[in-house]
Amino acid sequence: MSAGASARPVSIRACPDGPLLVRGDLALFDEDGEPVQPNRSTFALCRCGASAIRPFCDGSHKLVGFRTTPPPGTPAVTFDEP
Amino acid sequence: MALPPPRGPVTEALIAQLTGPEHAPMGELDQAASDALAASEDLLVDDDLQLALFLMYELHYGGLEGVPDTWEWEPRLLAVRATIEHEFEDALRQAIPQPVATRDVPEALFALVGAGDDGPSLSVFVEREATAGQVREVLACRTIYTLKEADPHSWAIPRLHARAKSALVEIQADEYGGGRPERLHATIFADALRGAGLDDRYGAYADHVPATVYTSMNLMSHFGLHRRLRGAIVGHLAAYEMTSSLPCRAYANGLRRLGFGDDVTDYFDEHVEADAVHEQLAARDLAGALAEDEPEVASDILFGAAACLEIDGRLWGGLYEQFERGESALRKPLP
Repeated sequence: MSAGASARPVSIRACPDGPLLVRGDLALFDEDGEPVQPNRSTFALCRCGASAIRPFCDGSHKLVGFRTTPPPGTPAVTFDEP
Repeated sequence: MALPPPRGPVTEALIAQLTGPEHAPMGELDQAASDALAASEDLLVDDDLQLALFLMYELHYGGLEGVPDTWEWEPRLLAVRATIEHEFEDALRQAIPQPVATRDVPEALFALVGAGDDGPSLSVFVEREATAGQVREVLACRTIYTLKEADPHSWAIPRLHARAKSALVEIQADEYGGGRPERLHATIFADALRGAGLDDRYGAYADHVPATVYTSMNLMSHFGLHRRLRGAIVGHLAAYEMTSSLPCRAYANGLRRLGFGDDVTDYFDEHVEADAVHEQLAARDLAGALAEDEPEVASDILFGAAACLEIDGRLWGGLYEQFERGESALRKPLP
């Protein structure tokens, strides 16, 4: 898509311990220079290298324990017993 | 959907009421519901009460064949529903420890779903060893929710504002095919059912599926239909999306292993990619923003997520255990 007035601005957001979340109108190409068509207007690019559907994320970062920040020293969640 | 056969005195009285004269007294249904609630050993697996609740909620979705649409807002019926809902929510709060975020809600959600990953896994069983017959049983159990996938969470749209509303609509638009009717997730699932030799009419397996299928569906409808519980339906959606990608990949692999075609695997392949995106949107832009904008519903966000993990864990873990024992997961064999 040419960069016209109607193109949505591109933003790329790094998700903690997860993928790169991409919004906006941009062209995506694979290793051979072939265009890759995302199936949705907002898509997630693999950042851990473990996805089976690269360049897109398939949630594998959770399986391989991918972290972008050091693990916190205390639990993120506790429980009140019923 | 067509009315299924009753599963006990409550559904018997309910079906008689809904198909009888419109202004008939409701004493019998009232009494049956009170008696059943008092006698129920575990409401979360109660065939009769869960099916009754499901049928009452169905009046708000696609309706029931042969039942006038006016029943949806019939105050006396709503009163019976409220009695069951009250006990249902009590049972849920008793069964599910309330999570508390020590730092922020998104981080707590990721920790919650991470902690739930160590149970017996139906998806890995399907990937590696399930038979085609067992896979058809899984698909039949999924029909009650997946043929109206995303609908119970859409009830929340007018109850949210600003960032959270925008995030929910972004997720739901994708669930509903992004403007392409043939890509509605419920439609792709219907394609998968037909490809697997199953009936794609809503409620075709209503008499086959176990009570836990209805408990899972009722959980969503209850959270979705009560504005008070908007935090819980948002948390439910977040947990659902955050635990979907990897199991869907396993399901798709299992279906390919068994020789099912692209028409059947498409639904699951679509969800590998879609839900990896939705997971981030739901945890951060939806649940995270709602917790910041309406801190008073933050604990319900986490409760809704924990309830999704627990109730769906029991449902699909239950199927896995039955398959491991060589049993069917259904109340009667598929035709």
